[in-house]
Amino acid sequence: MAASNDNDHSLISRFGEIKQMRFLARRLGFYVVALFAALTINFFIPRFLPGNIVESMMAKYPSLKPSAQRALEILFGIGHNGSLLHQYITYLGQIFTGNLGLDLLQFPIPVIDIIKNALPWTLVLVGTATVISWVLGTGLGIIAAWRRGGKLDQLLPALSFLQATPYFFLALILVWLLALRFHVLPAQQGFSNGLSIGFNWAFILSAARHSLLPALTIVLTSTAGWMLQMRNVMITTIGEDYVLAAQAKGLSPKRVVFTYAARNAILPSISGFALALGFVVSGTLLMEIVFNYPGIGLTLYNSVTSNDFPLTQGIFLIISLTVLAANILADVLYVIVDPRSRTRAVA
Amino acid sequence: MSKVESPRLIAQGAIKKKKRTMPSILMNTKAKVGAVIIGVFVVIAIIGPILAPYNPSTQNTQANLSVAAPSLSHLFGTDQLGRDVFSQILVGTRTTMVLGLVTGIIATALSIIIGVSAGFLGGLWDEFLSLFSNVFLVIPALPLLIVVLGEFPGKGETPTIILLSLLGWPWGARVIRAQTLSLRSRDFIAASRETGEKTWRIIFFEVIPNEVSLIAASFVGTVLYAIGASVGLDFLGVGNTTIWSLGTILYWAQNGNALQLGAWWWFAIPGVFVALIGTGLVLLNFGLDELGNPRLRDAATQTRINGKIWRPADPTPVMRSHVDNKGTKDQRRSPKANLTEDPVRLNQVHSSNGHLGQNSMGSTTVENQVRHNSSTLSLDQEGQ
Repeated sequence: MAASNDNDHSLISRFGEIKQMRFLARRLGFYVVALFAALTINFFIPRFLPGNIVESMMAKYPSLKPSAQRALEILFGIGHNGSLLHQYITYLGQIFTGNLGLDLLQFPIPVIDIIKNALPWTLVLVGTATVISWVLGTGLGIIAAWRRGGKLDQLLPALSFLQATPYFFLALILVWLLALRFHVLPAQQGFSNGLSIGFNWAFILSAARHSLLPALTIVLTSTAGWMLQMRNVMITTIGEDYVLAAQAKGLSPKRVVFTYAARNAILPSISGFALALGFVVSGTLLMEIVFNYPGIGLTLYNSVTSNDFPLTQGIFLIISLTVLAANILADVLYVIVDPRSRTRAVA
Repeated sequence: MSKVESPRLIAQGAIKKKKRTMPSILMNTKAKVGAVIIGVFVVIAIIGPILAPYNPSTQNTQANLSVAAPSLSHLFGTDQLGRDVFSQILVGTRTTMVLGLVTGIIATALSIIIGVSAGFLGGLWDEFLSLFSNVFLVIPALPLLIVVLGEFPGKGETPTIILLSLLGWPWGARVIRAQTLSLRSRDFIAASRETGEKTWRIIFFEVIPNEVSLIAASFVGTVLYAIGASVGLDFLGVGNTTIWSLGTILYWAQNGNALQLGAWWWFAIPGVFVALIGTGLVLLNFGLDELGNPRLRDAATQTRINGKIWRPADPTPVMRSHVDNKGTKDQRRSPKANLTEDPVRLNQVHSSNGHLGQNSMGSTTVENQVRHNSSTLSLDQEGQ
């Protein structure tokens, strides 16, 4: 009897496993397609746009002889040599070996090196600010939902003003107030002039001081969004019967709030958080430009305005890859935090 | 004796039942405020350019009119070329609003088409369309817009509208697909199929009308996204900087060193306009959310006793101070409690012997809180 039961069990779990595998395969398929879409868009961007890199190069360095044009075309791999398909395959090969080409403005420097210099600034600043605003917003959302109609909850419509304010506009206001009027904090750049990047206190302190205003901007504008999302899901969850049952059997409010209601209500926020991390790299572009902050957004903007195609292409690729990576992270996180998703994946 | 009377013992002053009327979008305060804000801006967009006292691009070389603070002749001051900021804003609001609304309409139409087809047709179509929208979802919109629009300067707002619409539909499509999937399996759809309704009729008369609040929410969200993105792009100067929009005013302000000059009217007013439009849209979406999700509806339906939230599993709220061995009549006359007859459904909680004194003795008592008329208590939770 027991043996047959075991058998049934393993059969069922085997069945579930197969379905899970199918789900995983489908997700994987999505990532492959998305990756190719991103790569393809990136491939076509410089080819569809008017003007090309060699012309810009010739214009930028008038000393180049016209005969150099052909050599440059071959160098940048965009000449009319070979079919589009051939070019595409060459391009894919280059991408997979991490070769993003050479930069135009700072000519012989590889694009990947420029990106390597800019990326940490964005990741540290915006990453930290995003974590802070997520924790703050989600926590406040839990409180607002539990004390529904309370002071915090009634503040929400007012907070929507902050949420609706464009990042860069709040940045402008903060620069104007805190940097220009009251000189509390520096307004521009990532660190003070005269310091060199390195692992020393002077530099770290300066970088921290310079990051306060941009970080404040992000926290102020994005906390309200997290709070609203958490509050709404939480209110829906509190209305569930199992939460009522938990209260009815006399559990402490703390336990009901955190282990029963918030435990489930936080799921969408967690996957939203992983996605937000992906947009860390792109989402705060405007803010970096306002603060003249040496991150990936400012670099992208500068490369666009100076027709620096290889750099533009490289940064766009990195941003797309980050968003994809964040999606994978969101998927994995969801399966870890929500046991139901492991069986529900079946549907 | 008091089995029937007991409900009356709930002091009206402390416990009120708030009636919820029809869940119409305009009954919702947040939505109402949002609709009013958006309405005002729609009016500005329509008649603003007619009201503009000056041509927004007319330069005035008088020395005292360069970056002049707000005055009676220039309500919102002037920029460094002596141009009237008030006129710029009146004209620019139209550009920004039109762009937002047109993008919203196109993108929402796309999300309805793709979302409903994916959800209703199912099978391979669903697989393909879902994959398609998921791929669009992960394309980083703002960098792509900057890259592409940066190469089409001076082409007006049309490329911006097209690109924003092309990148703005996937969120809506996902939500609409999910709703369509759940609607498809409902009985009324099956019934209309059985009665021989054509597929297009089912889609347009059965499915889509049941998704109106969802579609409206996705429209409002898309307009918000379009306005935010276009103002950002204009601010960067990657759009057409010769057209007046709220974003290009900010672009010129940034280029004219408005911050360093302390010319707050030049950058703060157009920015606040953008933020107000955004707030109106967010509030409108608040209301739409509550329309679609009954549990989110008015916080006033929350059961409260003297400002403290009473939850269904909490002890039953009963007054002790007024029940102390007095007859019910006395209690009703008690000036303290301001009692009126309002049978609130507590019958099931009160013990069958009806002796209220006992009931009120234990932990179930809410003491001394009941005199506050302001506090409300509705024993009907939602859904009644």
